[in-house]
Amino acid sequence: MNYINLTKIATTALKRNKFRAILTMLGIIIGVGSVIAMLSIGESSKQSIREEMSDMGTNMIFVMPGQQRRGGVMMGNSNTKTLTLNDIEALRKEAKNITEVSPQVSTSGQAVNGNNNWPTTIYGVDIPYLDIRKYELEDGRVFTEKEIKSLAKVCIVGQTVIENVFNENVDPIGQTIRFGGIPLKVIGVLKEKGENGMGMDQDDMIIAPYTSVQRRMLAITHIQSIYASAISEEQSDAAIEEIETILRQQHKLKEGDEDDFQVRSQAEMVEMVSSVTDMLTLLLGAVAGISLLVGGIGIMNIMFVSVTERTKEIGLRMSVGGRGFDIMMQFLFEAVMLSILGGIIGIIFGTALSYLASFALNMPFVVDTQAVGLSFLVCSVIGIFFGWYPARKAANLDPIDAVRHE
Amino acid sequence: MSKAIIKVSDLRKDYHVGEMTVHALRGVDMEIHEGDFAAIMGASGSGKSTMLNILGCLDKPSYGEYQLDGVNMGTMNKNQLAGLRNNKLGFIFQSYNLLPRTTALENVELPLFYNSKVKTKERKERAKHALEQVGLADRMDHMPNQLSGGQQQRVAIARSLVNDPVVILADEATGNLDTRTSYEIMELFQRLNDNGKTIVFVTHEPDIARFMKRNIVFRDGRIQKESLVTDRFNATQLIEALPVEEDYES
Repeated sequence: MNYINLTKIATTALKRNKFRAILTMLGIIIGVGSVIAMLSIGESSKQSIREEMSDMGTNMIFVMPGQQRRGGVMMGNSNTKTLTLNDIEALRKEAKNITEVSPQVSTSGQAVNGNNNWPTTIYGVDIPYLDIRKYELEDGRVFTEKEIKSLAKVCIVGQTVIENVFNENVDPIGQTIRFGGIPLKVIGVLKEKGENGMGMDQDDMIIAPYTSVQRRMLAITHIQSIYASAISEEQSDAAIEEIETILRQQHKLKEGDEDDFQVRSQAEMVEMVSSVTDMLTLLLGAVAGISLLVGGIGIMNIMFVSVTERTKEIGLRMSVGGRGFDIMMQFLFEAVMLSILGGIIGIIFGTALSYLASFALNMPFVVDTQAVGLSFLVCSVIGIFFGWYPARKAANLDPIDAVRHE
Repeated sequence: MSKAIIKVSDLRKDYHVGEMTVHALRGVDMEIHEGDFAAIMGASGSGKSTMLNILGCLDKPSYGEYQLDGVNMGTMNKNQLAGLRNNKLGFIFQSYNLLPRTTALENVELPLFYNSKVKTKERKERAKHALEQVGLADRMDHMPNQLSGGQQQRVAIARSLVNDPVVILADEATGNLDTRTSYEIMELFQRLNDNGKTIVFVTHEPDIARFMKRNIVFRDGRIQKESLVTDRFNATQLIEALPVEEDYES
């Protein structure tokens, strides 16, 4: 028997039981559909997080004070005063793998203008900070070196703060915001940046010269963190090492002493977040995979019913010359066709689902081609695997009993 | 004498049921020649069904020899037997055994699907021709449930003819049909036989057996009596002689 005939026989048999075929396929459709959807949505959320994080600058490096204990337990780094402006100076002079450095000191409080007030955070930074963190000005200007030196009471405000503190139709430039009792003149407005990958509003901030925040508001001499830019994303690791060496020298740490600071790069963060989403994707994919397995068992179940129900047909086919092998191939073909057809519909269904999801969640639409290929393969394997046993049962029927079966 | 299509010598068949051994056939010698039209008769348990299964290459004898068209089936394996059934035999069953929701034409095509030498076009043509032979040229696209019992059996007969077998084996082919339809089917068989087809027909009805040329009566696994039919029925005449009645079937 040739394969064209076999395909014809199998398709006719499936057509005779359309409704049942569709119901059987449903398991595979849902299984494959959810695998595709899960993996694609996982992939697109990973991409969208990556995109957003690279908006913050993939070559960004930040240094936090703190001691890291063995086992990863961090000890009260908010009170550590290990980072100073001298560290900034040293990094500026000695580090070759970084282009820009800025200190950061911050404090939360109410921003007040007239009758409006809004809880926000003020960041005291140096001029390169905006470059490092990829902030852009929509209007106005950045503060000058002179303003930094003179602890000037000026600030740049984010869109969220503007919306909440200023009345509509008021040009914020030149206005005054009181923060922690200190009046700050608005000299610039930041472009809207939206939420970051972790859902934090990146527009809810005020930027001021670090000197002003450090001395006037916090009355401290150390700094809370350091931001820097590596020459490129690839150079991040080298830059981290360099910063660590310089800071260890600066802090006079002996060999064997633990670092009293932590250096992290954005590239690392991207990796970390990616690995989390990868894990999540894998988990969801595994759950979906189980439903695919259940779909396969459904096919086996129906094939068993089909073999029993069509015992007489099998007997007839054998008595007109069908060999056991022909009968087995017929049922195997039916099972494989069910699963592959279900797989194709499932792929379409899953792709549509991930398209809808990406549309609803405002993420890039990605079809995980690997997942498509894989689930297609898995479908064929499922068809053969779960079709095998019923098909063998059919092939081993005794034609005499089968043809007289009632 | 014409060529022997079926040649059986000292054929025995034992079944083992638990610890008991059932001797279904206890040594049968039989010959069916080309152009023969033989009835195999007998009460249930006489061994006639076992005989038909062996003649149909669906079962193998425990002992003895069976030659079908010069081929010794005793030496063949399962797949070769399937090939033999496909090339040399035509089966007709009491309950027609048509595939449901499949047109008459496709039902008739079925045996040719298992013959890889027959291409699609030839298969269709041969199936059409077989349906024409049984007088169903206008019912090719009908499903079995759209056909009467007699018509369904005609489709089954066409299916048994389509591979041009050396012998047609019919198992109680009129068992499910009323008198008139039975006669019509027998008329078809007689015509096929007149055209040279060899037919072996299993039945337990003596009046059906009288349509054939020869009767072989089985009893307790042996041939009890073998006789030529002297006062043979002619189906065409009998149908004409039937009283005109309400026709439920055409």
